Amino acid sequence: MRELHLPWLELAVVIPFLGSLWVRLFRNPDLVRRNALLASGLALLCAIGAWRDFVLLHTFEAHDHWDVLEFLTDADLLVIDELSAPLIPLGALVYFLTMLSTLRTKVKRFSFARALVAESLLLATFACRQPWAICVLMTLKTLPPYLELRQRRESTRVYRVHMALFIGLLLAGQAFVAWEGSAGQHSTATVLILASAMLIRSGVAPLHCWMTDLFERASFGTALMFVTPMVGAYGAMRLVLPIAPDWVLQMISVASIFTALYAACMALVQTEVRRFFAYIFLSHSSLVLAGLESATSSGLTGALCVWLSVGLAMGGFGLTLRAIESRTGPLSLREFHGLYEHTPMLAVFFLLTGLAAIGFPGTIGFVALEILVEGAVDVTSLAGVAIVVATALNGLAVLWAYFRIFTGTRHQTSVDLSIRPAERFAVLVLTLLILGGGLLPQPGVASRHHAAMHLVSSRTQSGLHVDEVGSDHEAETDDDSPSEVNSDNDRDLQTQSDRDDATDNQSTDTD
Amino acid sequence: MDLDSLFKLLGQGVLAMPALLISVLGVTTLLQRPLGERTISRWTSACVSLGLLSACGVLALMLSTGRRQVPIELGHWVNLPTEHFHFHLKFVFDRLSVPFVILTFVLVGTIGAFANRYLHREPGYRRFFFLYALFLLGMVLASLAGTIESLFFGWELVGLSSALLVAYFHERPAPVVNGFRIWAIYRIADAAFLLGAVALHHVTGGGEFSGLMGVDPWPQGVAAVTEMQALAVGLLLLVAAAGKSGLVPFTGWLPRAMEGPTPSSAVFYGALSVHLGAFLLLRVSPLLKASPWLAAAVVALGLATAVFGALAGRAQSDVKSALAFASATQVGIITAEIGLGLRYIALIHIIGHACLRTLQLLRAPTLLKDYHAMEDAIGGRLQPVEPVASGGPGTPRGLWLYRFALSRGGFDALIDRLVVHPFVALFRVCNSLERRWTTWLCGEEVGRPRMSTEVGGAEVPASASVRTEDAA
Repeated sequence: MRELHLPWLELAVVIPFLGSLWVRLFRNPDLVRRNALLASGLALLCAIGAWRDFVLLHTFEAHDHWDVLEFLTDADLLVIDELSAPLIPLGALVYFLTMLSTLRTKVKRFSFARALVAESLLLATFACRQPWAICVLMTLKTLPPYLELRQRRESTRVYRVHMALFIGLLLAGQAFVAWEGSAGQHSTATVLILASAMLIRSGVAPLHCWMTDLFERASFGTALMFVTPMVGAYGAMRLVLPIAPDWVLQMISVASIFTALYAACMALVQTEVRRFFAYIFLSHSSLVLAGLESATSSGLTGALCVWLSVGLAMGGFGLTLRAIESRTGPLSLREFHGLYEHTPMLAVFFLLTGLAAIGFPGTIGFVALEILVEGAVDVTSLAGVAIVVATALNGLAVLWAYFRIFTGTRHQTSVDLSIRPAERFAVLVLTLLILGGGLLPQPGVASRHHAAMHLVSSRTQSGLHVDEVGSDHEAETDDDSPSEVNSDNDRDLQTQSDRDDATDNQSTDTD
Repeated sequence: MDLDSLFKLLGQGVLAMPALLISVLGVTTLLQRPLGERTISRWTSACVSLGLLSACGVLALMLSTGRRQVPIELGHWVNLPTEHFHFHLKFVFDRLSVPFVILTFVLVGTIGAFANRYLHREPGYRRFFFLYALFLLGMVLASLAGTIESLFFGWELVGLSSALLVAYFHERPAPVVNGFRIWAIYRIADAAFLLGAVALHHVTGGGEFSGLMGVDPWPQGVAAVTEMQALAVGLLLLVAAAGKSGLVPFTGWLPRAMEGPTPSSAVFYGALSVHLGAFLLLRVSPLLKASPWLAAAVVALGLATAVFGALAGRAQSDVKSALAFASATQVGIITAEIGLGLRYIALIHIIGHACLRTLQLLRAPTLLKDYHAMEDAIGGRLQPVEPVASGGPGTPRGLWLYRFALSRGGFDALIDRLVVHPFVALFRVCNSLERRWTTWLCGEEVGRPRMSTEVGGAEVPASASVRTEDAA
């Protein structure tokens, strides 16, 4: 495995963790905020550094230079690969912007130390490929919201019950996987247990109520940071996809499409902003797992592209709602609020992020959604229709909320509600990414396509999936041993990857 | 410079000018460096004029060289060769797109000049011109699109800008409610369009119109699909066109759109946006030739809309609504012409109707003043025009027709009763069940408001306590 030029991954994980310890030394909330921002900002820089370094290496996977963890444990615990490369900076960005846009008036009530621990756990999860380590990290990741609910003296039962079920199924499933061994295929029960765990963590209906409950009881920032990186989808890609037969993936896909539709419909009848956000986020995040279908490379490419677009767009959408709520208190969607005149930039950003999430042309979601629908239609046209309908309903929900919050009346206030510099910075960064990714989509899509090809290839090697390339090989080389077929597939993958690179270069030259 | 380079330069100029305008207005707003009215007006005039000149230049070159189709290739926007997925940036200047894009620049330019004075010192001046630029870009992209994805791109921009401009006076609830209603109809149209585009990809292996209709210039293309495929793709696109052009049963959004400021009503719902559905049908007209059933459906929908628009327009009490239904009538006739294969007549009809309706709508706000001027001139009251309907409102048939026209066919009420109300009722029940489930799971009493102890330590209902701290 190739090495990055610096220990980017370890730094990205360790810095926020040390930062969380460091900020506990301060009593002044403003100093806590500044130091937490410094730690989170450094972690973001390291995450971006890891991504950039990885891209320049032109490889499928890489690990840290001076890998201390490997030296201590004799295992490659932190690895960056095609799948996780953009997810690590995305997760770090969500945390950094959430902390940055926390108004000074709220810093006493927001636990920066806990947020930094959660960030460290998230980045470690995304940079980890060892199944048991992922299970442990995902388990630990459920703790910060739980602790906050306890601290706020809110009922933890809904969250606790669902997360306990998730953790139980996750650990049991992984234990069965380990018991059955890595060679050969795993039993149906084992795969189903693991898949169920990931569906619960992703909030698939009808086991999604923990998400709405969390948004209602926890602080908006904590809930946002817990759900936006879509760790459940990551677990599904790492733990379920390599061992699940096609029919299990189709089952996950069907459940996710149902959730996307159901949540889109539910978003339209909500009267509270937080529940509204929980449903609209759920509808969009479900589309990522909807792309699993039969693990075709086109469906997976669409799913991975949607992952990035929804992460950015819904992250920004949530931050806008949080900024609005921090100015006005809880908002009801029963009546109009007319905030446009006071916060025009937040209004525009709300609309931009909402439209990006539904795949509006010119934004990062447009091409992602097109590829997802194409991939879905390849498997079954009904899935494509359902995704389009869910997106149309989400489009309705976005504009409905926009009209309710920002228009319809004149908001009377003597307080300055305009956007603050830190919020403006967050808005500009996300706007740049959303529009930049929308106007120049080829690099992002090509990178996600490589990752999808790699995932399909790993399934083909496990004998779980036979794609068109695999079929051709089987037809031509009936007498070949599986290992020979696999190595051929690897070569094909590499050739395709090179071909894509060549095409990328060609299109760049043309431009 | 050879001829092809000149074509490409002018073609890119047509596309670049609206893009430049939206970039200037968007970036300055985002950076909180808003432009003044005069600067916005100058940028708008310059970009529209240069775009129009470029389009006229392309037309002149086409006429002088006898070329009937000029494709402008801008390469692949997205390309995944192994997945056979590519998003080709291809634009076509032909006998359909050139008149339409010139019409767009002329009418949008006129409206820009009108709006500059009409909206002078309005608080939403900048917002209007930003949406105006978005609309212009959408119309130009849709008009010149050589692939169905590019057409969809422009189609969506037009839809969003239209809905937001209807809600332009957003400090009142009525424009906002109507804007949302229009957006809802547009979303149905967009969903049908997207499905049609995906179906087209699967049928022809790509989204290029040349793949669907052959390489012959419009309107001589021959659809390279079977009759059933043409019917399936065509019906989806017909739903999209019906939503965008306000055909039956979606006609209800047209009078609602008149809530917007007069300039946007004139250019969007009287002239350009309302014809975009008809333009789509013209663009895919070889599909109609391939499927007689599809052509029959188009004719039937067009005639139904024309009859309904004529009826409803006679019962309207305000001039803008009457003009909206007059537009619906003409668009219905245009649609029927397309279904009958009269493509050039339909195109000429679109151009003539768009210009006339723009003029009428721009004159509408001054109609009362004109009446007063005429009455002053003749020194007495003008005689009201007697209705010429033969049935008369007194007969049962006349009464029924009058009620039908007055209630605008009851289409909106029907959609509400059959779709909206059951939908809302069903999911409110689901919402209530979910709340009961989580409340029970928490061990709280069902129906009792959730309690919070955060305000001064006293227990108050969570919904009543101001939990701004939650936002942290």
